[in-house]
Amino acid sequence: MSALRRVGLAPLAPALALVVAMIISAGVILAIGENPLVALRGLFDFGDNAKSQIQAVAVILNRAIPLFLAGLAVSIGFRMGLFNIGVEGQYRLATIMAAWVGTSVLLPRPLQLLLIVVVAMAVGAIWAGITGILKVTRGVSEVISTIMLNFIALGLASYLLTGPFRGTPPGSLTVATKDLPESGRLPSLNGVLVALGFVEPRSDLLGFLIPAAVVGVAVAVLVKRTRFGFDLKASGLNPTAATTSGVNARAMVVKAMLLSGALAGLIGLPDLLGDTYHYGSEFTSGLGFLGIAVALLGRNNPSGIALGALLFGFLDRAALSLQFAGIPSQVVTIIQGTIVLAVVIANEVSGRIAIRQAERTGAGALTAGPAAGDQAAAVATWAGPRERRAAPAGPGPRRRAPQARQGNPAGADPAGRVRPALAGPADRRPTGADLLQHVLGHADPGGPDRHGRARRTVR
Amino acid sequence: MLILAVPIGMAGLGGLFAERAGVVNIGLEGMMVLGTWGAGWAGYQWGPFAAVVAAAVFGALGGLLHAVATVTFGVDHIVSGVAINILADGVARFLSEVFYTGNPAGGGVTQSPPLKGNAPTLSLPVLSSGPDLLGSLERKHWFLLSDAAGILRGVTSSINIFVIFAVLLLPFSWWLLWRTPFGLRLRACGENPWAADSLGVPVYRMKYYALLISGAMAGIGGSLLVFVANIYREGQTGGRGFIGLAAMIFGNWRPGGLAAGAGLFGYADALQLRSKTAVVGLLLLVAIVLAAVTVWQARQGKFIQAGIAAVFGAGSFVLWLVVDRLPDAFVFFTPHLTTLLVLSLASQRLRMPAADGMRYRRGEDK
Repeated sequence: MSALRRVGLAPLAPALALVVAMIISAGVILAIGENPLVALRGLFDFGDNAKSQIQAVAVILNRAIPLFLAGLAVSIGFRMGLFNIGVEGQYRLATIMAAWVGTSVLLPRPLQLLLIVVVAMAVGAIWAGITGILKVTRGVSEVISTIMLNFIALGLASYLLTGPFRGTPPGSLTVATKDLPESGRLPSLNGVLVALGFVEPRSDLLGFLIPAAVVGVAVAVLVKRTRFGFDLKASGLNPTAATTSGVNARAMVVKAMLLSGALAGLIGLPDLLGDTYHYGSEFTSGLGFLGIAVALLGRNNPSGIALGALLFGFLDRAALSLQFAGIPSQVVTIIQGTIVLAVVIANEVSGRIAIRQAERTGAGALTAGPAAGDQAAAVATWAGPRERRAAPAGPGPRRRAPQARQGNPAGADPAGRVRPALAGPADRRPTGADLLQHVLGHADPGGPDRHGRARRTVR
Repeated sequence: MLILAVPIGMAGLGGLFAERAGVVNIGLEGMMVLGTWGAGWAGYQWGPFAAVVAAAVFGALGGLLHAVATVTFGVDHIVSGVAINILADGVARFLSEVFYTGNPAGGGVTQSPPLKGNAPTLSLPVLSSGPDLLGSLERKHWFLLSDAAGILRGVTSSINIFVIFAVLLLPFSWWLLWRTPFGLRLRACGENPWAADSLGVPVYRMKYYALLISGAMAGIGGSLLVFVANIYREGQTGGRGFIGLAAMIFGNWRPGGLAAGAGLFGYADALQLRSKTAVVGLLLLVAIVLAAVTVWQARQGKFIQAGIAAVFGAGSFVLWLVVDRLPDAFVFFTPHLTTLLVLSLASQRLRMPAADGMRYRRGEDK
């Protein structure tokens, strides 16, 4: 159970999923009579001089910043099994409100920026909070209510844009709010790039990169190192146990939605403060839905989300060069969709393999005593909301196996601490070969009959 | 109204089959999108019958994908559904780009060439066609009687036969799910798959069937939307897959309730097409309903709820008095707002299938 192996094999499942997704996408490209190799070259075509290469990097980063924030916003809900599908509406409404407040008030720069950020976060949090309150008081599924609130938010935003907040004169082609004053703009990082000895890219590297990174670290600390983060995870994994240990489940739902919405409010700011300076009908859309995909890719882990956002940014940049190569740019969307599906499937399968191995080889650990059982409740980073009902009521040695089954081999931090309880070889990570074997040998879904239950049932 | 309620109802039926078999299907919207694309693609080449078949097949493909992810691989249902929604948009856009741009028949990146021929229509004999009794009654402009005749005639004359087919699918689904061994087994998978398995029901296969049917239903619902405009257009579904899901939840996972929900949401949906002033009329309706809720809650002794309902009721009444024409943007989200309000008022006593949304692995306990 060397640390090296733990680090080395954990990303194997997503990597394998990436390869599978690429193969499927290549098949799609072949099917429309184009050459997948040309497409592959298009993906990595960064240009032949330093200027266009740094430009490509800037474009990727600029796209990745809002995606990263969107992924973070979604992941907060996901951690406790809450599906915030409404990030899209939350950030659109938050951005237009922030743009309006930013143009109506004139303050010195730091205060002006702070005001815009606070307004955006507050609007996002309020909009998401509606969902949380409806869920705890009226029992409305957050999935449905966030989707409906998305439509309402988009309608409201378009009303505000064409009505009271409109800054462009009536009759002009563009519909947008007024431009932010100079004090409400965030300088680009191009100066930093030049100071570091790079060529200056054609377009600005968004200044929000640094605040976004700070937010990322803050969220990582919050969810991994604080009581709140632990409560969040515990209420997602086993609400009964969480309630028993003094967590107010209903309050947690509202808090998680508020935090998720506040983060969602930030999504539109990189573009607003650093590029467009106004909210208009052309403002980037769809980031909320992509954020769901990014959060899934990153397994709700801030660093994983950053990687996922970079990957999506990379693919989005390639859309243009694919178009030049004569391949429909929508291939990129298909690649993204397949990657997400492949990754969630790979996570699921590798998780199951890890558990099966743990059960096969680590049976001795089951006698480790109640303390180990307590800790086992903390294993795993992901549990769907419906699994809450499935989770056993109390920790204990006999209940151990089903709890471990929810375990995620990605091994978030508490899992790392718990690990000694799962003795020795149980710790082995699934390898690529295991994955393949599992997928190929899936004809018998029953698996080893651990419960002594009759597998061939009588009709 | 019927023409808009039926696609929602079809999406709801799709959701019903999936959730009765224990799989939450958020991907309905994506399957509907695939259905609209399939209908547009087959429709402009081979006419309306092919359009419906292609829509069902495309929708079922989406359902198959959902089944592979959730049943075979045990991925969380919502995660898979969301991924399918994202994927379906991309696939539809991509296919349009490949098949429609530069197509001599017309069309472009966001829309198909117009369908070849209209869907055949049917009218009720004697009353609405031939002698057309209802029509003549409507033309006499007798108070109330003529209005009623007009409405009746509206739903009985020149109705797309596929809409009739879809409406008939509703009682058929009820019969299939509640009166046949197949339906019993399917519902058993949604209530207690472990027990179903022990009695020899092939749980995985039943879930696959359910999701294939679910996707096909959503796809057919999408094709009906294509018939409204006689063309496939991107974003045609406009979230109706989600509204269908909400209609099913509102209908307490039963076909009858589902039909009521679809009618309600279809009505809200139709208002925005009919006229902007009609939506304002809806405000009065909301005010009246909320007043009734206030009285009812107060009699139950729930004064806080009564107070909330009274405040909102008074609010919508005042709005009705002062507003005579809502901005377009507000009209756009009327059906969604209605859905949200209705769910928050009604979703207390609903009972979903017991194992709905749970991951079932054969041979593993909960």
